[in-house]
Amino acid sequence: MIEINYYLIVSAILFCIGVIGVLVRRNAIIIFMCIELMLNSINLTLVAFSSYLGNINGQIFVFIVMTVAAAEAAIGLAIIIALFRNKESVNIDEINILKW
Amino acid sequence: MANSFYLVTLLPLIGFLISGLLGKKIKNEKVIGTISTLAVFIPFIIAALTFFELLSADPGSRKIVLNYYNWITAGSFTVNYAYLIDPLSISLVLIITGIGAMIHLYSIGYMHGDPGFAKFFAFLNLFIFAMLHLVLADNFLLVFLGWEGVGLCSYFLIGFWYEKKFTGDAAKKAFIINRIGDFGFMVAMFFIFTNFNTLDISKFLEGLSGYNVGDPLLLIIALLIFLGATGKSAQIPLFVWLPDAMAGPTPVSALIHAATMVTAGVYLIARTSLLYALSPVAQMTIFYIGLFTALMAATIALKQNDIKKVLAYSTVSQLGFMFIALGTGVYWVAIFHLITHAFFKALLFLGSGSVIHGMNDEQDITKMGGLKSKMKITFITFFIGSLAIAGIPPLSGFFSKDAIIFETFKEIGLPFMIITLIVSALTAFYMFRMVALTFFGKPRYDQNKVHPHESPSTMTLPLIILAVLSAIGGFIGVPHFMGIPTYLEQWLHPVFEKSTAVLETIHKVQEPSMATELLLVSIAVLVAVVSIVIAFRRYSKQESFEPEKGFGKVLENKYYVDEVYDKAIVTPIQKTSEGFLWKIFDIKIIDGFINGIARYVSNISFDWRKMQTGIIQDYTTISVAGVIIIMVYILLS
Repeated sequence: MIEINYYLIVSAILFCIGVIGVLVRRNAIIIFMCIELMLNSINLTLVAFSSYLGNINGQIFVFIVMTVAAAEAAIGLAIIIALFRNKESVNIDEINILKW
Repeated sequence: MANSFYLVTLLPLIGFLISGLLGKKIKNEKVIGTISTLAVFIPFIIAALTFFELLSADPGSRKIVLNYYNWITAGSFTVNYAYLIDPLSISLVLIITGIGAMIHLYSIGYMHGDPGFAKFFAFLNLFIFAMLHLVLADNFLLVFLGWEGVGLCSYFLIGFWYEKKFTGDAAKKAFIINRIGDFGFMVAMFFIFTNFNTLDISKFLEGLSGYNVGDPLLLIIALLIFLGATGKSAQIPLFVWLPDAMAGPTPVSALIHAATMVTAGVYLIARTSLLYALSPVAQMTIFYIGLFTALMAATIALKQNDIKKVLAYSTVSQLGFMFIALGTGVYWVAIFHLITHAFFKALLFLGSGSVIHGMNDEQDITKMGGLKSKMKITFITFFIGSLAIAGIPPLSGFFSKDAIIFETFKEIGLPFMIITLIVSALTAFYMFRMVALTFFGKPRYDQNKVHPHESPSTMTLPLIILAVLSAIGGFIGVPHFMGIPTYLEQWLHPVFEKSTAVLETIHKVQEPSMATELLLVSIAVLVAVVSIVIAFRRYSKQESFEPEKGFGKVLENKYYVDEVYDKAIVTPIQKTSEGFLWKIFDIKIIDGFINGIARYVSNISFDWRKMQTGIIQDYTTISVAGVIIIMVYILLS
């Protein structure tokens, strides 16, 4: 058996990569991919704990998380397409109308 | 009668509402005039019936208190809407409603054709309403309501023809100067409330029995009430509004500035006479101010050429006489002179109004002359009024003025009596100067342009009634030595007996012998007659008038009192308000402070705005940083 620590550490690293990606990357689609990465790292944690504790609840919750992620990706990409139609760019540095 | 006494004040109020609200609809002058006059005449009847009721009652129990409504109740402090009917108040109610009714009748003729006819009668009725409250009130707060009410109506009525700027200014001047007096009255009420826990007049007077003569608290209250009285009754230093108030229609001058409102101060002091008996300093102050005002106003009247201005200064002077009487401590004499003065001064004012009406609104006596043949009734009644004010027996003015002169001699001393005699001489002189210039001699007006005519009967009837009253009204107060009982003194005795008793304990004067009294009376009459003769000889043949020089010029310009007040008080206040309080304090300091705070907030926000970059990733960064800090905190604790 692989110890749970390793799974959790991998999961944590993936999450951090995802966070940094959201904060640093300029392309909106890349940011979405990083958000997906964060969500999937959580999935990994949930499955690891489900296996470790012998409880099926974790895996059920993974299903919910995946569903939410899919729905959210659909909506988000729709927004990006609408944005692209207006601004001809997905570079979020240029989407700063809320600037004072 | 006491059951329907409420009509006495309700009817004038109804008259005011009808004339005020429906006046424009009821265009008929006769209807409005009749309603308004009845609204004052019926109260007169009711007051007269109440008077006879009181007369038939036992002298010690001539007092009715009618409590209509519990106005204020705050713990132990109560103020009721209540009327106090006693000899003093019923006498004044009779004067107010009686002379008021006559002046209403007169105004029907005088104000004929004026576009504001209904408004005039509305205000006159409102004035009667307020004045009645002043004299009937059972407590100081209700007196103050009436006090302010008459000041307000005076403002409305003086400024009746407000299209002329001078009239509006005169109305404002009257109101503002009255206000200074009102301030005195208000502060006096504060003192009374704080120390006696009541504003009820009877309770206040009872509470005074625990105080000694000369108590400083009583002195303060007395002087403050007197300040209020100087404002309303036009004494020094607050008399300057009365001559200007002549800008109003003549019936207003007759009613308000001769017979009723200006006597409010005298009434108030008479009502609180016990307070003044206990404060000899205040009482002497009243005496001196009354004396000085009487003298000063009489000298000014000598050189006035406007028929109403002469009468205005005469009113100030005669009010001074009333205050002299109050100052001597013989209070009933002040009320006596108040009553006789109401008769003959109203008569004189209405007579002058008749002259003005007949002379096509001319008021300058230098442009009159020889009117005695053209306006017979006006002339005869005016002559009778002038004889009354000059103090010729057996007219009313003789008895009241003589009483004042005699009491001054008895209570204060010979030198002061001589001053009152001088004022009396001046009074006779300026009155007959006016009579001579107006009614005698050759006409000094353009006979082609001006056609003097006698006034209609609505105007001459009140003149005749008042002339009769001026002639016989004095017999209610005949001095003892002449044999007839002094009715008025006995009638008012219950009101003043406590005060008179206190004064007797302070100093008892020798009752002069009958011979002395007779001598004084004769001197007073002689002085008056001599003045009349001199004035007559000098002015009845006068043709032309030169401009005044020297002291005459000072008198004509009323000792420049208005100019002095303007330079010493009005202009500094105005300059301070404009230059300092407005430009510096309000604009720079207060506005600067508020604007400064706004600018400060604005500056701070200018820097903090930069946080809003519009880039989502900046916002996300801050969120993540926050989460990390919380996680570290949880992990470490």
